[in-house]
Amino acid sequence: MTFTLKNISLASGLVTNIAIDGTQVLSIGSEIHGDVVDCTGLIALPGLVDLHTHLREPGKEDSETVLSGSKAAAKGGYTALSAMANTSPVADTAGVVEQVYRLGKEAGLCEVFPIGAVTVGLAGERLAELGAMAQSAARVRVFSDDGKCVSDPLVMRRALEYVKSFGGVIAQHAQDPRLTEGAQMNEGAVSSRLGLAGWPAVAEEAIIARDILLADHVKSRLHICHLTTKGGVELVRWAKAQGINVTAEVTPHHLILTDDLVESYDPIFKVNPPLRTNEDVLALRAGLADGTIDIVATDHAPHPTEDKECEWSAAAFGMLGLETALSVVVKTMVETNAMTWEQLANVMSVNPAKIGGYDRQGVPLAAGSPANIVVIDPAQTWQVDKEALSSKSKNTPFHGYVLPTKIVHTVYEGIFVVKNQELTGLKYE
Amino acid sequence: MKSQLLSINDLSTADIHSILSTAAELERITDGPTKKLPTLRGRTVVNLFFEDSTRTRISFETAAKRLSADVINFSAKGSSVSKGESLKDTAQTLQAMGADAVVIRHGSSGAAQRLADSGWISATVINAGDGTHEHPTQALLDAFTISKSFPDRKSDFSGLRVAIVGDILHSRVARSNVLLLSKLGASVTLIAPPTLLPVGVETWPVKISYNMDEQLEEFDVVMMLRIQIERMSNFFFPSEREYSRQYGLNEERLLRMKKSAIVMHPGPMNRGLEISASSADSSRSVIVDQVGNGVLTRMAVLYLLLGGAALTEVGQ
Ligand SMILES: [Zn+2]
Repeated sequence: MTFTLKNISLASGLVTNIAIDGTQVLSIGSEIHGDVVDCTGLIALPGLVDLHTHLREPGKEDSETVLSGSKAAAKGGYTALSAMANTSPVADTAGVVEQVYRLGKEAGLCEVFPIGAVTVGLAGERLAELGAMAQSAARVRVFSDDGKCVSDPLVMRRALEYVKSFGGVIAQHAQDPRLTEGAQMNEGAVSSRLGLAGWPAVAEEAIIARDILLADHVKSRLHICHLTTKGGVELVRWAKAQGINVTAEVTPHHLILTDDLVESYDPIFKVNPPLRTNEDVLALRAGLADGTIDIVATDHAPHPTEDKECEWSAAAFGMLGLETALSVVVKTMVETNAMTWEQLANVMSVNPAKIGGYDRQGVPLAAGSPANIVVIDPAQTWQVDKEALSSKSKNTPFHGYVLPTKIVHTVYEGIFVVKNQELTGLKYE
Repeated sequence: MKSQLLSINDLSTADIHSILSTAAELERITDGPTKKLPTLRGRTVVNLFFEDSTRTRISFETAAKRLSADVINFSAKGSSVSKGESLKDTAQTLQAMGADAVVIRHGSSGAAQRLADSGWISATVINAGDGTHEHPTQALLDAFTISKSFPDRKSDFSGLRVAIVGDILHSRVARSNVLLLSKLGASVTLIAPPTLLPVGVETWPVKISYNMDEQLEEFDVVMMLRIQIERMSNFFFPSEREYSRQYGLNEERLLRMKKSAIVMHPGPMNRGLEISASSADSSRSVIVDQVGNGVLTRMAVLYLLLGGAALTEVGQ
């Protein structure tokens, strides 16, 4: 199919036309090819790339499937997502990652990159067959035990060393397990009043510090998942200044929500790592703006209603993220003038694609680049309605929020998978 | 007054005075042959206990029965409720049974608030202890006990010095008492090893001490908390013997206290650990009074929250 996004603004602010033919951008400029889609007032960015998504398939298809998660991704402007390994069975073999990869292809709404487990069964004891997953059809490059921390320093060291042979990266969920036994929320003034067991910042920072030093020692590549503390930002800033090969992510929810929301005891705010203080939020925003934090990743974590409709300690950790991520980042970073649209495109598309080695993703829009594009309307706000989300689950903490920026079209490999804010039913095959 | 009692924060100082004076009034009325008042006749009070606590349950049950309410004990521990059946399902069952008040004890902090806020139930929810969060009626009965021990003060505790000693970190009794006593003007000092004080305690309206011997002579009230021996396995303190030596209320410490000072304990006690038998049974101890005051205070809470018929009528 050939069409032109006419009168569209690039992240740089330049207003132009983007012509697309097949799966490629044909031209950017005055030329018009094929059908014309008027995009006056809209902005085109390279399709968003999520490096941290929980799809729940195989094993918990009542919460989310590869297909429903792909729909949510497309609605949220994503043309790629990365399926975390903590499924059932765990994605710790070539067989499971290939299954997820195939389901992603079948869904055809965005590119689905399986993340492989670092250790067998996420147990933290024996390395999974990382090489086999890397060589599989899924070509896994990102490995993570997310949900659990690779806490044994020797296992972590070996994993970092081993993935060097195929250019892999270890994405660490930084949480010292001993310091967080039974932990329910950020440890501080609010937890002291609420009588909920604390999840101290030091449990995150101690692992980050250790892993930075390990990555330096073995000269490998480390990615820190969901940074949440001011101290963690400082550690990554220091590591980068030393030239250590570390990247870091922050979630949209940690850029906006704080631990005082737990005072409601509503488990919709229960998430791991937990919501922190306002001081942490400000440090995360500053770190994202100055490049210390490389990317925004959703940590999209669907849960069935019954896992949130209960008392706090019985509830599951996790929040939805795919369909609200861009709007939250616009609200916290662009509307506050902390970041430009170009920077937003970097942290939500270009950089995550680089970390994951996703060749057809996060490519700045130019003639010849892959036709993975999100078109947004910065002038319109929308109200989040959990019932209207495409995810199978409803556990968004933003229900009722009025957020800036609508996602108007999502173009995946030249196909309008979302047009005028609705899934078209079309897919890329 | 709010229609729920989930936290001491739900009560204004005026509400607290009203509860304490109602408890005193109930004591006066029921201090005779009329032990039972008809004021809550036809009302149903459900004791919903997800955690064993015979003493608290019996206290609420007695309070409700003395006000002529119908009482249903719904012990969730060990039944279908603890495994599988959710708080929500249980709440909806109670709603269908027509409960007017639900007295809930739960091992999870915030469970009472969750029950009240969820919309699953329209009954008045009374928190009878939620995890390590709060136990508001315990604090109210403690305040009632203190006010009776210092009758000149009439529940104005300004300048009263109260020490709360022991496992503050895991104590719902301590959290409720800190809020309540400071609302009434008392000066509260928490005495504990640093391991048993929560991170963030510096934001509480209290003084902190790690040393029990420092100012023992200055306190009007010494409230001892139960220590759970299994805490040792998490390194909160090295041994029972060391804990007892550093933070236990023994004979020698008892003798150093002010003449007018009282000793309290929410029970159940570990005699010989946080409190010696001689301290527990001494003339300063009001521990046994706390039990009786518990019934009166809970009667007052039920009466005020459920809006029973006026006491003056029923007193006749
Ligand atoms: Zn994680």
